[in-house]
Amino acid sequence: MNEQPKPKKQIGAPMNRVDGHQKVTGAATYSAEYQLPNITYAVLVGSTVTKGRLTGLDTKAAERAPGVLAVISHLNAPKPPGPKPEGKDPSQPQTQGNPLQVFNDDKIRFNDQPIAIVVADSWERARYAAGLVKAQYAKEAHQTNLEENKSNAFLPTAAKKNPKNPMNDYQRGQVDAYKTGAVKLEAEYVIPTEVHHPMELQAITAHWEAPDRLTLYDKTQGTMATRRDFAKQWGLPEENVKVIATYVGGAFGNALHSWPHEAAAVLAAKVVNRPVKLMLTREQMFTMVGYRPYTWQKLGMSATPDGKITAITHESVGQTSTYEEFTESTLAQTRMMYQSPNVTTRYRLAALDIGSPIWMRGPGEATGAFALESAMDEMAYLLNIDPLEFRLRNYTDEDPEKKKPWSTKFLKECYQLGADRIGWSKRQLKPGSLRDGDWLIGYGMGVGTFGAHRGAATVGAQLLANGTVLLQCATTDIGPGTGTVMTQIAAETLGISPDKIRFELGNSSFPKAGTQGGSSTVNSVGPATQEACLALKDKLRTLAAASNPAFTSARKEDVTMQDGYLTVSGNKDTRVSYADLLKQAGGTAVMVEAKPGGEGQKYSMYSFSVHFAEVRVHQLTGEVRVSKLVSCADAGTIVNEKTAGNQMKGGAVGGIGMALMEHARIDDRFGRYVTKDFADYHVPVHADSPAVEVAFVNQPDPYVNALGTKGIGEIAIIGVAPAIANAVFNATGKRIRELPITPDKLI
Amino acid sequence: MNQFQYVRPTKQQAAIDAVAKDATATFIAGGTNLVDLMKRGVMTPQKLVDINRLPLTRIDADPGKLRIGALALNSTVADDKQVRARQPLLALALNAGASAQLRNMATVGGNMLQRTRCSYFYDTTMPCNKREPGTGCGALEGINRMHAIFGFSDKCIAVHPSDMSVALVALDAIVQVSGPKGNRSIPFAELHRLPGDMPQKDTTLEPGELITAVDVPDGPFTKHVHYQKVRERASYAFALLSVAAALDLDSNNNIKAARLAMGGVAHKPWRLTAAEQALVGKPATEESFRQAAAIAMQGAKAFKHNAYKLKLGPNTIIQALKTAASVA
Repeated sequence: MNEQPKPKKQIGAPMNRVDGHQKVTGAATYSAEYQLPNITYAVLVGSTVTKGRLTGLDTKAAERAPGVLAVISHLNAPKPPGPKPEGKDPSQPQTQGNPLQVFNDDKIRFNDQPIAIVVADSWERARYAAGLVKAQYAKEAHQTNLEENKSNAFLPTAAKKNPKNPMNDYQRGQVDAYKTGAVKLEAEYVIPTEVHHPMELQAITAHWEAPDRLTLYDKTQGTMATRRDFAKQWGLPEENVKVIATYVGGAFGNALHSWPHEAAAVLAAKVVNRPVKLMLTREQMFTMVGYRPYTWQKLGMSATPDGKITAITHESVGQTSTYEEFTESTLAQTRMMYQSPNVTTRYRLAALDIGSPIWMRGPGEATGAFALESAMDEMAYLLNIDPLEFRLRNYTDEDPEKKKPWSTKFLKECYQLGADRIGWSKRQLKPGSLRDGDWLIGYGMGVGTFGAHRGAATVGAQLLANGTVLLQCATTDIGPGTGTVMTQIAAETLGISPDKIRFELGNSSFPKAGTQGGSSTVNSVGPATQEACLALKDKLRTLAAASNPAFTSARKEDVTMQDGYLTVSGNKDTRVSYADLLKQAGGTAVMVEAKPGGEGQKYSMYSFSVHFAEVRVHQLTGEVRVSKLVSCADAGTIVNEKTAGNQMKGGAVGGIGMALMEHARIDDRFGRYVTKDFADYHVPVHADSPAVEVAFVNQPDPYVNALGTKGIGEIAIIGVAPAIANAVFNATGKRIRELPITPDKLI
Repeated sequence: MNQFQYVRPTKQQAAIDAVAKDATATFIAGGTNLVDLMKRGVMTPQKLVDINRLPLTRIDADPGKLRIGALALNSTVADDKQVRARQPLLALALNAGASAQLRNMATVGGNMLQRTRCSYFYDTTMPCNKREPGTGCGALEGINRMHAIFGFSDKCIAVHPSDMSVALVALDAIVQVSGPKGNRSIPFAELHRLPGDMPQKDTTLEPGELITAVDVPDGPFTKHVHYQKVRERASYAFALLSVAAALDLDSNNNIKAARLAMGGVAHKPWRLTAAEQALVGKPATEESFRQAAAIAMQGAKAFKHNAYKLKLGPNTIIQALKTAASVA
């Protein structure tokens, strides 16, 4: 046997995605692509009114149409036996109220609410028949405009019930102290409704394998959360429900909730007693699977003439539906980012006749950062101080909200990296100073932060006969490269090549993990993978000891796995073949749960980012082009430069969309979206995005977990939109406080 | 899906007959717009007459004019050497439209006959006189930031979405048409109509009339041309507003002749003849352009959300003329 090569460093390597080949060749199977025997196809019929009651539903023509198996509505839908899902699990959105129950009654709560589902033997036939369903309504007056309903805004019920709920009003120092500050500003900011629109449409294939056993191939960010919701709804033990989401084609948050279309598909599968496949249309993606809520914000700030913030008041009103209270952390960054003795925050909701919102990438924090980081820029101008210098003067070395030390904070280092790369020194404070022909050039910055969350996760590990180590976890991979980085962590922990690792995920039957959201997956599943691999190695060593006593006393780190043998390093004769290990009774399988310790009590744990933008604004046409974008992050250890960089770039491009184009518009007279497709709802194309430059501080955080990670997905977008808006101001002298910054607002 | 017949004649007369004799029939070529409209139930033809087998794809460089077959692809025309040399404005406008994928499917005839992108037209639950006469205009009191500032009526304020057509109207193109009553030529400016009381009718074509070619007469506009399209992202978006500008300059940089048209402002590509006349004899300076832009905007009227076009219009005219004049 050859001398062992030194194990390659895997954590940090820019490894290609383990599933990249499957994805680009079409070999990856997504939720709508499972071809089960006897499969049927379903299409939803949506309400064309926004509020009221269904007074008639004529389904006869649809029922008689060729190939139709069932038309299900509130008139004939079986009622699921279980209690309604209540959404109270901590990994679920902090909603109050009940997710919409489809076909439960004749009430219409929002436009395009599903009122019937048509199941047929082909998708075309289902679609045709869906067009034959005729509904009559008793319409009622509806409200879809947040600005007109701000005066009815209320404190979320969860906050009213629990004084510790973070949605309660927050106060440190004096209330609204900015009003008496030396230099003060007060401004209102608006973020319109934005829609996630991942490439993959929301899809589910529901299959009752037995009257009490349900399998769902579903687009979800949490296989276990979806399992729990449908087990509850149908009164089944959780183990009777299996949720498979091996591949998810992007989600950005819209698969964090169990939606009406999923419930409808499960119901339809029950009725026709065959598997049912349902894929939403792009139009339906606007109406029934969540969105970033339209949010009005008001920010007051005061500072001393030498640039010390003395007070901030940040208020917001976000929209929610009439049947659920959706809340998000819009005001969180304001409470902890800058050293201000007086801070007031007030969070309110307005309930509108629209479907429920759901967290969209960088959720509330991205909304709040638009106001806070725009206001920081405005105040810097009032004070005539460079905006970067102004932020440095208000830098915090401990969390001013929780009064705890940061676990780690390398935001200053991020500022430096970013300022160097964008060429901040070229920037002129005076707006309109730089130009290239008819294009005005400006520079701006925006800061982002997000909690370094970690939850419990369990990973199973076992050695297979072919020498591969199989790892399994119920977590999902919606695009960040979870399977890839877990493979790297496992390879490094076991000291074997990544191609000898197979990490399986996206299945609720696997060892449990939380929902993929809130930048928490690597923080949570990473340590579980690491610990499972260590446990596996120890198990193998124990098994080897049965046939070779040299292993009994061998230290864990001296045991190596190579070429089909377990070896004690430095002694190549001391080895046991995998085949022998696998012959032992009980097998090699181990399962380890990793949980956060008490570090969160001692330290305040956050990831940080800063984004620097260079924009060009055409002085006659008002068109804005982002010519340069630099994103720098303090996200702890970077497990994979490539996938981490990819997340940062994706977030930055999302930020360009947020800043310059995304706007889902409703005609309030009808309560219906007029933006229904990608021709009307713009997201950036390649030509809108410069080559985003990414830099990581890449310093491990010793407290979040043993890997040192802090999370990336959210901070990639938080702060991008204000960086661009601030750059537009620097270019033009025009302060746009209502996104998106379209040409009509600049000419 | 809705059932429909599909025929694919190889003879032009057969195609014309098929549509002329059946009010529910319609031609289909690239299908980049019609198929979308059918999927949404906005158009529900009972018969599709596929004309892709007709020999109408040629681009003939005749003396004095280019004759572009109705089935020539947008991408082919934009890349054609003769088109680029003799009518560079047309090539610029074509490349400003849609995406590369769509330009590879869309034909010249289909491009000019594409229907408005007004959201109310596209949503069959909303009022729209163009889709369903008598139901009202949803955009009039609705969300109308993309809508007309010229030539609208209280029945319809939609705009024509084509970029290519803005160049063609500026270049005095002639549309060649063949129909049940024989052949005729339509000056491009007369192909599309204003909505008036019949917004359901986009063009002056008679039932069964088939566009066979468009002629673009040679002119002096081979150098100082520009197509300025203002949109909300850098590519693949319909124009908020666009301007086709062409100048013929003498050796002293004075304007001998000018052509100017706007897109995104009316139910048809909007030719600006008064502004063109005002430019003739003037020096090619920003001041001249500014005066012409002011003339161009006379009579413009905005709705709730599109008042920006009253400013964006003249600004874009000035920018287009400046760029055209400075082409080296």
